[in-house]
Amino acid sequence: MEWVNIIIQGVLIGGLYAMFAAGLALIFGVMRLVNIAHGDLIVLAAYIALMTTDTLGLNPLLAIVVVVPIMAAIGYGLQRGLLNRTLGDDVLPPLLVTFGLSVIIQNALLELFTADSRRLKAGAIEVASFQIGEGVWIGVLPLLQFVVAIAVIGGLQLLFYRTPLGRAFRATSDDQSVAQLMGLDNRHIFALAMALSLAVVAVAGVFLAVRTNFDPAIGPARLIFGFEAVIIGGLGSMWGTLAGGIILGVSQAIGAQINPGWQLLAGHLAFLLILAVRPEGLFPKVQG
Amino acid sequence: MSAGFHVEHASRSSRIGMAVFAIALLALAAAPAWGGRDDLRLLSEIYAYVALASLWNLLAGYAGLVSVGQQAYVGLGGYILFASTILFGMHPLVAVPVAGVIAAVVALPVAGLMFRLRGHYFAIGTWVVAEVFRLLSSQISALGGGSGISLPAGIVTSMASSRQMREFLIYWVALTLVVVVLAAIVLLLRSRYGLALTAIRDNELAARSNGIDVTRTKLVVYVLTAFGTAMVGALIFLQKLRISPDTAFSVNDWTAFVIFITVIGGIGRVEGPIIGTVVFFLLRQTLADLGSLYLLMLGAVAIAVMLFAPKGIWGLLVERFGWQLLPLERRLRLSADARTT
Amino acid sequence: MPEPLLDVRALDAFYGDFQALFGVSLRVAPGEVVAVIGANGAGKSTLLNCIAGAIRSRRDAILFDGEPTGDQPAHAVVGRGIALVPEGRRLFASLSVEENLLIGGQVGRPGPWNLARIYDLFPMLAERRHVPSTSLSGGQQQMVAIGRALMSNPKLLLCDEISLGLAPIVVREVYGRLPSIVTEGSSLIIVEQDIVQALKAANHVYCLQEGRVALTGSAGTLTREAISAAYFGA
Repeated sequence: MEWVNIIIQGVLIGGLYAMFAAGLALIFGVMRLVNIAHGDLIVLAAYIALMTTDTLGLNPLLAIVVVVPIMAAIGYGLQRGLLNRTLGDDVLPPLLVTFGLSVIIQNALLELFTADSRRLKAGAIEVASFQIGEGVWIGVLPLLQFVVAIAVIGGLQLLFYRTPLGRAFRATSDDQSVAQLMGLDNRHIFALAMALSLAVVAVAGVFLAVRTNFDPAIGPARLIFGFEAVIIGGLGSMWGTLAGGIILGVSQAIGAQINPGWQLLAGHLAFLLILAVRPEGLFPKVQG
Repeated sequence: MSAGFHVEHASRSSRIGMAVFAIALLALAAAPAWGGRDDLRLLSEIYAYVALASLWNLLAGYAGLVSVGQQAYVGLGGYILFASTILFGMHPLVAVPVAGVIAAVVALPVAGLMFRLRGHYFAIGTWVVAEVFRLLSSQISALGGGSGISLPAGIVTSMASSRQMREFLIYWVALTLVVVVLAAIVLLLRSRYGLALTAIRDNELAARSNGIDVTRTKLVVYVLTAFGTAMVGALIFLQKLRISPDTAFSVNDWTAFVIFITVIGGIGRVEGPIIGTVVFFLLRQTLADLGSLYLLMLGAVAIAVMLFAPKGIWGLLVERFGWQLLPLERRLRLSADARTT
Repeated sequence: MPEPLLDVRALDAFYGDFQALFGVSLRVAPGEVVAVIGANGAGKSTLLNCIAGAIRSRRDAILFDGEPTGDQPAHAVVGRGIALVPEGRRLFASLSVEENLLIGGQVGRPGPWNLARIYDLFPMLAERRHVPSTSLSGGQQQMVAIGRALMSNPKLLLCDEISLGLAPIVVREVYGRLPSIVTEGSSLIIVEQDIVQALKAANHVYCLQEGRVALTGSAGTLTREAISAAYFGA
């Protein structure tokens, strides 16, 4: 039964990883940009949630309502003001600029909040759990977070395939110059995509803050988890990203069970294995 | 029978540059005579960064392989040095090239995996590899596990007759290494491989259709860079006398600084990393006590340079004055009877 | 001529250092069909791209409906009422036929064209509305491309080589639709390699050669010799 619990825990944290990944995949899909500062932005969202709960006294899970618009605005401004200038055929500028951004965010947070570990208190829900069978327990918070992850990914799918904005995203991704000829302003579309990505990051950041201790330096690891989930799942498929996150979470959980020091390693090895035998990912979307 | 032309690499500017280089080299080689312990340490650090940045520049600026995971090889070099001296009794200075060779061998399967990723995803993939190396090294209890290990006194003293001689020795090896790395890069770029790299950098598809084996060229550059980076890493940790997973595979120390140095100095030009390192150390001497604020400013400066002066400081100087420090141009000179210039 | 719908005045166009157009002047009256012909590389597509805003020009080099639009970006020009059917169709590959049409209408200009009217004009598209756009035949894709541009209710429709790669019978079918487009209120500029087709469809003809207007006149009055000389250069 112990193993069943382990697997369930792995699946549930996979939802969080899928949320890390969703924002990353969205940006890459629309504008071929990989935001190296993505993980640090998740941590930034966590700190914003911290400030929100400290000043407003809200329950962290309600703080989402405040953090999401803030992060979305940051995303719009960041893209429109800085990142739009780096887009082009050369892969170096966006990579280096987002890398620089990562360093800036980490060190700014370090200056403002010091390297102390923080955690958001969500009250009783943190330890609540229920039993669904002989010796099998599910935590309420992890389950909630998993359900939210599914809702977020489902929402993104809906947005991309059934709304005018999603159509605009897909058209711009297909052919930037013709999209302009159809009346779509690229600068605005890209900025909206980044705003959306950071809105997802905001939700992920709040859940991260409640779930684990965080400090300014943990950003890169979250980027890596998101990235691994995307590659394992396959580029171009949101549900594939969810599967990738779950596989990553389960690998880590199994690794941790065998030896606590092997948790991260197990996840990385699963990623490298998929890269070796099926580089296109497990559920790649076949483009027309 | 002669071809009607030959290729000239030097120019007036580069001849002056080479002369300046030669004089500087002599002065630096004599540093043990005029410098104190701290000066030698600082210079060794500068040499290490010039070498690391030049190698990263070769990989990213010339071969187009932007890696944010070169710390994997810095740390690997360091750990191989410690392992071969502590566990296998090798002489430390012999262990330096050995570290390079082993790293080159390791780089082959790594490249096999990493080359399945493109552009930005390749970059993050290299970071994952470095993380894997870090996690694996913290599992090796014989080398101190997660807290690391110091180089035993016996090995340290066996290197030379006195502490002073040992420090001179390491200094000269460091200087030799950076000169060898730079010379190797210049020679590589002057060769056919260098021409292939420039072609690949400008237009990969066109290069391929002209018969250049792009994948093999990139693989060669990746492996050579790993070789060089690991040797520099081995020497760095030999000098520090202590290694741990976090210091060996630190993203900040071995990738962030290196990238900023290269971007500020000028990507895709061999002189760039040299200029960048000088600027970096000048900034550090004046601003180091600002701690994380210093890193923050560095990041901001790198972003600004990338957006407004993407060719870096050296690129600006080349555009303005046409300077050239190293003989790397390719100019066609027709034979005397056909043309005089 | 009463106020022209489109007035291009001494337009120059550059790709970096390379000059593609030299002082090109052209006019389109409301309800007119203008053909632009010329050899490959003469600058025909460049001209359309300038008018559509994909290439920025001098502000008053292009006047549309009396307003200078030369320096406007493409997405703003569509809002003014100029739509381009790009060379080679260039449909959005991850969108279905209907989604391609809907994207065209996203700019939201009022007018007679909507999904239903487009499907009236091109009935075979209605049957394939949810199919990925790139799985259609060349002729059908061309219809989608035209429909997509029409959805923005343009006063001026620019057609860049719509006969390219299509069988003659399909070309006739596509060209057969043009008159109804004009009746609904759009003027046309058609760029064509197929001179016969161009002369049949147009009221007025411009012939470009190496970036300059080599000949202009109404379609009926131009002789074959004059066109040949202008096309290839005497």
